[in-house]
Amino acid sequence: MPTHTVEARSPVNCSPRGALSEAVLRVLTGGRGGEDLDARARSAADRAVNLSHDDDIQLALFLLYASSYGSLEGLDPELEWSPALIAARRALERPFEQELRERVPVPELPEPTADAVARSLFALTSGESGPSLARYVARQADASQLREFVVQRSVYTLREADPHSWAIPRLTGKPKAALVEIQSDEYGGGRPDRVHAAVFAKTMRGVGLDDRYGAYLDVVPAVTLASQNMMSMFGLNRRLLGAIVGHLAAFEMTSSIPNRMYGDGFRRLGFGEDVTDYFDEHVEADAVHEQIASRDLAGALAVQRPELLSDIMFGAAACLAVDGWAGGHMLASWERGESSLRSRA
Amino acid sequence: MSDERPTITPYPDGPLIIRGDVEMQTVEGEPIGRTRRTVALCRCGLSSIKPFCDGTHKAAGFRTEE
Repeated sequence: MPTHTVEARSPVNCSPRGALSEAVLRVLTGGRGGEDLDARARSAADRAVNLSHDDDIQLALFLLYASSYGSLEGLDPELEWSPALIAARRALERPFEQELRERVPVPELPEPTADAVARSLFALTSGESGPSLARYVARQADASQLREFVVQRSVYTLREADPHSWAIPRLTGKPKAALVEIQSDEYGGGRPDRVHAAVFAKTMRGVGLDDRYGAYLDVVPAVTLASQNMMSMFGLNRRLLGAIVGHLAAFEMTSSIPNRMYGDGFRRLGFGEDVTDYFDEHVEADAVHEQIASRDLAGALAVQRPELLSDIMFGAAACLAVDGWAGGHMLASWERGESSLRSRA
Repeated sequence: MSDERPTITPYPDGPLIIRGDVEMQTVEGEPIGRTRRTVALCRCGLSSIKPFCDGTHKAAGFRTEE
């Protein structure tokens, strides 16, 4: 048996952003340090002023979830349920969830009927401060900003729909059928070339980007990881079933109109159908999905399990808030004439 | 799928949702391409991808009374 005197370079293609993500990366790839990982996670969370914008914490959490998805090369599948790693994940999830619950304003709860819930979700999502990122992309963004936009989106979109699929076995009856109806469409309805993640990969190649998952992990900011981590947290924790359902509803309900504008932005700069297909697909698809998600999924779940109503609305509001922070970061960076990405270490 | 009776569901303040095996065609009899199992048809008249819905009814404040 070989002996290791020096730790080999991590097989995961990503650089740590602090002591915690370094330790998580080491343990996830079979290295030492699992015994005090949860204590390290707790102390990092205690020190953080704003977890959603903390690079070290969000990268650590992202890597812990990547172990469940199997989305990055080099993460040992034997470690998926390692107690030390699960303990570290929980030590980060609790304060992250608490921060979201404190910072995200949740509207007054509707009656637990499908109609009232759907109407309340439509009201919530129409009250959005407006698709200002979408407007910027449509009218002003230059080619390098459009590529940045694709890089930022790739964290979710190359795994599109996966965080919400964790909810399928936890639902029954009408809401389950509704979620599967949506997800089946997300996954191409039986056609591998129409899997939305694959359509997005084509967009990435079309604008000259690497479509392998994680290729740009080092350059995306904490808030982009936070948006993905929030979905993974809602999806992987059964106690947050209402939140992942509400999240999907709000996500679908704020998609078709912005996607038309994103497509317009790429067309404006002369990109072809290989690039715009993804956005155009979502104009039509999400106009279907938003109806099903608001009424048949979220509404029906509230009828079936009224105790989940407040988390349904919380998940929806959290989707709008966190994606608003991520979009706002892009817009503010560009308006300052800067990149919204981190520079590579 | 072919034995299943298709359904048309008007969603409040929104599109008609069609599920099941329905052939869509133009008045000239040309097939209208349908790429998904469940489709939403525009009911407000404002969609940019008619006959399909593109969500514009929301911004326009389209209301139905079911």
